Amino acid sequence: MERIARLLANIVGPEYVSTASEERYFYARDPGLMPAHSPDYVVLPQSTKQIQQIIRLANQEKIPVVPMGAGLALTGLVIPLKGGIIVDMKRMNKILEVNEKARYALVEGGTSQGVLKSYLERHHPRLRHSVPDAPPTATIAANVSIHGQGRLTQQYGFNSDLVSGLEVVTGTGDVCRIGSCALSGSWFSKGAPMPDLSGMFLGWFGSTGIITKVAVKLYPKKNLRDVEIFVTDRAELVPDIVFEITHTEMAEDILVFTQPKPMMFKDNHHVSFYITGDTEEELEFKRKMIWHALDPFIKSKDGGFMGIPPIMKPVLLESPQRSASRLADVKKGGGFEYSGPIIMLEAYPECMKKLQDLAAKYDLAYSGMVRIIDCGHAAMFAFAFAFNRADADMMERTRNAIKEVSDFVLDIGGLHWKPTVNEQKLAIAHMDPNTRKLMEIIKANLDPNGIMNPGNWEVC
Amino acid sequence: MPKLQFDEKVCETCPTADCLVKCRFIDVDKDQAKAEMLRIARGEDSIVFDSCVTCYACEEYCKRGNHPFYLITEKREEKGLLTAPRAITTQWINIGEPQGKYKVGQIGKKVLSFGYMPELLDMAKGKLFEDLSPSFVFGQEFFCNVVYIHFANTSIIKKRLPMVMENFKKLGVEEVVCLHDECYGSFAHLAPAYGIEVPFKPIHYFDYLYERLQELKEQLRPLNIKVTYQRPCSSRLSSDKHRRVRQIMELIGAELVEREYQDENALCCGGIFAMLYGYDLANEVQTKNIEDMISHGAKYCVFNCPACQNTLGDKVAKKGIIPVHMIDLCKMAIGEKPLPEE
Repeated sequence: MERIARLLANIVGPEYVSTASEERYFYARDPGLMPAHSPDYVVLPQSTKQIQQIIRLANQEKIPVVPMGAGLALTGLVIPLKGGIIVDMKRMNKILEVNEKARYALVEGGTSQGVLKSYLERHHPRLRHSVPDAPPTATIAANVSIHGQGRLTQQYGFNSDLVSGLEVVTGTGDVCRIGSCALSGSWFSKGAPMPDLSGMFLGWFGSTGIITKVAVKLYPKKNLRDVEIFVTDRAELVPDIVFEITHTEMAEDILVFTQPKPMMFKDNHHVSFYITGDTEEELEFKRKMIWHALDPFIKSKDGGFMGIPPIMKPVLLESPQRSASRLADVKKGGGFEYSGPIIMLEAYPECMKKLQDLAAKYDLAYSGMVRIIDCGHAAMFAFAFAFNRADADMMERTRNAIKEVSDFVLDIGGLHWKPTVNEQKLAIAHMDPNTRKLMEIIKANLDPNGIMNPGNWEVC
Repeated sequence: MPKLQFDEKVCETCPTADCLVKCRFIDVDKDQAKAEMLRIARGEDSIVFDSCVTCYACEEYCKRGNHPFYLITEKREEKGLLTAPRAITTQWINIGEPQGKYKVGQIGKKVLSFGYMPELLDMAKGKLFEDLSPSFVFGQEFFCNVVYIHFANTSIIKKRLPMVMENFKKLGVEEVVCLHDECYGSFAHLAPAYGIEVPFKPIHYFDYLYERLQELKEQLRPLNIKVTYQRPCSSRLSSDKHRRVRQIMELIGAELVEREYQDENALCCGGIFAMLYGYDLANEVQTKNIEDMISHGAKYCVFNCPACQNTLGDKVAKKGIIPVHMIDLCKMAIGEKPLPEE
């Protein structure tokens, strides 16, 4: 171990390598429910070249390599299941370029959402990127790597759809540029009109390579933003309500939430949508269009707009919104876990029922949260449970509930989002054999020694 | 179960039928108005059920104290005619559900009631309330529940209001200063209309403020501003207290602009209309109301109800009128708060 640590120190400098037990303790776990597993080494590289050298060394020594952003996925994706080297990307946090007219930002692979957000606010106030509702330390590269979603997902798709170029170090140690940047210094397209190679890295959780640079598309940031909440007591109407809102093409973001506490939310489904405008007139026009679109539900008394208390509005308008993580404090001991499958919204009533059944069966506090993706083409349904970290029995009940969600997801034709290793195995088992074969080809060629985040997407 | 004391004969002999004749949402003459009220009283169908938007104004228009709006509400509920979307009604009923999370201060014979309006907790402090404020109640356990008449649901009021009275009784209070006129309207008018015993003397906070300002008269400095008053729907339940608005304004040197939509002709803030009926009615009423404030030169809009202020405050501010609650305005008059600049 000492020899490898020395070799790693030669690459990144001795102060950026650690084998200390206390460091390895922290890097052995994430905030979710997955069992911990300790890495052997933790390194913090500062350049693509250093990452290339680390991967070459790992190939020579057949040591696993696990890239890590902020480690917030909750499903164990950066837990080093087979030990090896954790490559913590946080030192690679520079914003390299913002192209205002082509509306993209190029950042290093460890740049956080918060850094880009504040940079844009300061230097490019008319531009924004799709901020996920994760803590601001979440990194942009990791988020697109897990097909994360953000505030612009309803309008433009998964955050990975908003990538406009990548630089990666493959599992073989080759540095590759993906998209227009492969031909020029411009990062405006991740593929089109050429073959789109980004799919060999996005969604693979670092098991084919490490993203060292990522360009993301930016979008207009309007002066004004507001939120409204439409409430119904009929789960089966939620897909119709969302359909009507998306049909107006007026909403920035659409979320649906259902939770039994506090009392004001009990027994109802809340469709919250955000509108933006440069002027009051623009904002009011959008508001009016959406309210009118929902008139039939109001007339039939099946739904209506709630008055949002003043204390609640700033919370809802936060970006990222912290309220989701507040669920962790519903129970003493601050634990929070969710499974967020990607579903077709028509499955909302079934998912809602399943969530409530599981909460009752395992006696857990719950919250259901849906983010609409790309005009309603899909939705992320978060089955969220709160638990006490000091209560082993409650943690086990939560694990069991989450496990039941894993099976349920495939039954309803959904896909696991940021799947645990077990969910990945389930997906592989259910997959079309030729699709699996294609994945095998990709994996075998990009990571022939199987060193990249082993345990994840093990198709070979 | 408490029962509404409504007298059909009072309607039969009514010389004006103002309850419906004056209604801005229903177009009927005196004869039809009387006929409609009698139909409602007899449990028959009426055009009123389709047209009434729950503005409460008929409670004020009826000078004979026969509670036309409570009757409309009762009959709507009996017939299962919803005013609000079900989910909104459920939400409001859930909000008012007692959960044992109430707060009480050092209870004296006289208490300040915040009902269940958290906005008021910070507001009722300072010289105006210094002797009284340690003695207070707040929470669903002391919430008057009258708001449910908007939702055609008197059952919940009849179920909860006696429990609220019981909670006050246990405290042994003799006088309750209500910081929201819905509470006052409930204790002073609705409860007696349903034969519910009220074990204390309700005091409207306008009466309290008026008296307190007189005690602090030496500290009063005329505000010399032009204001308008946003009258809440709940003020219609205790219209005898509305005169205090003008009296308080005179006392603090604020000029109440004379405009079309004031006093009996006041327009609702639109908050409930939006929840019950959607965009158009609320927008129409709010637009008319704010344009009227502007065209008559109001520089400040004085609110009585925090819910009205939540609904309309931003909207008037965007049009250059400064929103301010009545209590804060009085604090400004005694130099306890700075006057926001026009």
